[in-house]
Amino acid sequence: MRNPLSDKVVSISPSGIRKFFDIVSEMPDAISLGVGEPDFDTPWHIRDEGIYALEKGRTFYTSNAGLKELRQEIVRYLERRIHTSYNPADEVLITVGGSEGIDMAFRAMLNPGDEVLIPQPSYVSYEPCAVLADGVPVIIELKAENDFRLTKQELLDAITDKTKILVLPFPNNPTGAIMEKKDLEEIAQVVIEKDIYVLSDEIYSELSYKGEHVSIASLPGMKERTILINGFSKAYAMTGWRLGYACGPAEIIGQMTKIHQYAIMCAPTNSQYAAVEALRNGDADVAVMRESYDQRRRFLMNAFREMGLSCFEPYGAFYAFPCIREFGMTSEEFATRFLEEEKVAVVPGTAFGACGEGFLRISYAYSLEQLKEALGRLGHFVARLRAEKGAR
Amino acid sequence: MREKILTFIENNSRIELKDLAVMLGSSEAEIANEIADMEKEGIICGYHTLIDWDKTSEEKVTALIEVKVTPQRGLGFDKVAERIYNYPEVNSVYLISGGFDFLVMLEGKTMRDVAQFVSDKLSPLDSVLSTATHFILKKYKDHGSIMAHESKDERMLMTL
Repeated sequence: MRNPLSDKVVSISPSGIRKFFDIVSEMPDAISLGVGEPDFDTPWHIRDEGIYALEKGRTFYTSNAGLKELRQEIVRYLERRIHTSYNPADEVLITVGGSEGIDMAFRAMLNPGDEVLIPQPSYVSYEPCAVLADGVPVIIELKAENDFRLTKQELLDAITDKTKILVLPFPNNPTGAIMEKKDLEEIAQVVIEKDIYVLSDEIYSELSYKGEHVSIASLPGMKERTILINGFSKAYAMTGWRLGYACGPAEIIGQMTKIHQYAIMCAPTNSQYAAVEALRNGDADVAVMRESYDQRRRFLMNAFREMGLSCFEPYGAFYAFPCIREFGMTSEEFATRFLEEEKVAVVPGTAFGACGEGFLRISYAYSLEQLKEALGRLGHFVARLRAEKGAR
Repeated sequence: MREKILTFIENNSRIELKDLAVMLGSSEAEIANEIADMEKEGIICGYHTLIDWDKTSEEKVTALIEVKVTPQRGLGFDKVAERIYNYPEVNSVYLISGGFDFLVMLEGKTMRDVAQFVSDKLSPLDSVLSTATHFILKKYKDHGSIMAHESKDERMLMTL
């Protein structure tokens, strides 16, 4: 029989920590600090609007780009949150989660051989999506000593004649790093000078704990070269609704919409109605959730300090990225032993790129009781490892 | 800071001071002082336990009683309210807008206890014009806590 598979797809390696995933799934009694989604339920008024849409029989396709009403609300939201104006008619595309926007943007923008700069540690989908779109991923390894921010020099060092897109994943999963206005201004200067584009994945924008989130799209000269990716999963605790959006120059959004039309048709209709409600009446919910994450963030950081685990202060998302190099183990070894001995699942930093070696991603999207229990076990484990090391 | 403390302990008054201080980015001493001050000022009026008595073998009935009264000259409703809230079996008394004046919550061992309270103590009060007693059949949610079902973390253990 002929080989049924695409060489390109086969060449993409599955998640580097699949083995660890398998071990976790075999341990139903384990507790976890490993999730990448909010612990809140979607606020009831938003769920209610989704239910109402179903009751009203709103079960048909929407336009390819998404409900006009929703695109208008997104434009209003972006005006009030990042002070940037988009045209709802041709600069906004409603996608199936932020992930689809990433995929569509690469496919719409890349020609074979174009290089995509991907700072790591970062979310796992940029690299494979770039490869699927015939791009060439070029990894920029972010450093703990820079608080995992992207610096101007790191960017300059990675740019070649073939560079087309810079991915800017901040606030960052898995590190919790953010980029402040001054950091973004330096990046923007290089981006404009070198005439490249930015894919700014701001899915965690509402979860910023050090002043207002700043989007690179809001800086002078940047809107026309930025594809802004955002969505409802993290801000409104709507992961399962699968709804996001992409905003950018009409020329690019138009091509993305074309692919979206052929591949997806339109995002789920009742999710879109729920999202309209989220944007109209959800600001207070977001504020309450942000405050609650921030409190737990401080709790987590304090627990790390008490057990002497070194970790830079994360100001975004709901993750911390402590360093475990002192124990002389790989991230995966640490995570595996921690799971086996204390029955707590955490994600090895290497899941997010090779430079995540020596780190763990710890999520604080858990109740205080859950956090206390899991961190108590981490404290025991760390103390035991130090005792072992001392004895040797 | 006060508002943040109150918002937090309204839902979890058993949190350790140390944890609360860390979470609010403050010091233990400052939180302790604020709480002590708020207790003195009567902003914090008590620390109670929310109990679902239905899950115990203890028999209890709760009633909501709508009460219409004539306010007393010069004293308004306060004097009447005092006469009602001083009964230990009365859980809470609210002055409310609408078709009646007070909403009284009462806990008794049996329906008979409640009936007796209404007929022997509440109704005979001079200012009380009329009462309407409603027995609570089931508590679904109280003080923001849902009692009807247990919430469980249904998320997968690990997602990237």
